[in-house]
Amino acid sequence: MLRSGPTGARNAPALEQINAEVFTLTYGSIVRQLISDYEDIEEVNKQLEQMGYNMGIRLVDEFLAKAKISRCSSFRDTADVVAKQALPMFLNVTANVTNWSPDQTECSLVLTDNPLADFVELPDEYRELRYCNVLAGVVRGALEMVNMEVECRWVSDMLRGDDCYELRLKLKEHRDEKFPYKDDD
Amino acid sequence: MATSTLTFVIVGQEDHPIYEVDLTGPKEQQTQYLHQFVLHASLDAVDEQMWLSKEPHLKIVDRFNGLNVTAFVTPGNTRFLMLHDGRNDDAIRAFFTEVYELYIRIMLNPFHSPTSRITSREFDRKVKVLAKRLIG
Repeated sequence: MLRSGPTGARNAPALEQINAEVFTLTYGSIVRQLISDYEDIEEVNKQLEQMGYNMGIRLVDEFLAKAKISRCSSFRDTADVVAKQALPMFLNVTANVTNWSPDQTECSLVLTDNPLADFVELPDEYRELRYCNVLAGVVRGALEMVNMEVECRWVSDMLRGDDCYELRLKLKEHRDEKFPYKDDD
Repeated sequence: MATSTLTFVIVGQEDHPIYEVDLTGPKEQQTQYLHQFVLHASLDAVDEQMWLSKEPHLKIVDRFNGLNVTAFVTPGNTRFLMLHDGRNDDAIRAFFTEVYELYIRIMLNPFHSPTSRITSREFDRKVKVLAKRLIG
């Protein structure tokens, strides 16, 4: 089955595509390998997140270069761009942005479909595994590169029996762009 | 032995059972042993007959006292065996085709290895639903 073009985003550029099953199975074997290497689920969760982070800090440039979007004016905008443009571009899924906290610093990205976790059924001994943690890392890494420090964690996971995938984003700090030079330097 | 017989077994590529279900409810122990015995004995017949046809569906491969074994061999040499008492061949054929789809999904699960038992409750449930719908 070949993935059709990203349908969610209107002005999405044509990117090279990969067969969805190859992608899913590759990710599956990475997770398996990590489990057999580290033998500790908490450590695997951490490693997945770190891998995602490393991807995110690179991927954000690719995204900004190709997506042709304008600057986001608020965290709310940013969350929308992640959910409606970045996810369709790289994963061919769209997320809904919901559950905003009153001070607009926390929200949830809700996915009902997740190509990373196709075919997967978590065995009982891996109940604590956050299978899609790589995605949390990607979002954190990408947003850090645009001066937003966020905390990402999965609060619901269909693999654990919830009815959707919910990624909670929490804005910890929004750093302004700092220039290394002062005017009089 | 008035009750009808319908036992489905998946035998893995290394000749070990990875999934078993009795689709007509629990039996006496004696009967169970007989069924297991007939199924295991039929593996030889499957080995012989799988080379005679290009089809994965092998029809009835073995018979014993009114018990028939119908087989399906996947390209990966996993065998689906159905023990029954002379039921509709087409129904079993359709059942195997559908179960094959379910089986592929199980094999694609990164946490499943080809030699481990299929313990998924979802798989079990779907197989039973299929059997009820297709074979009755």
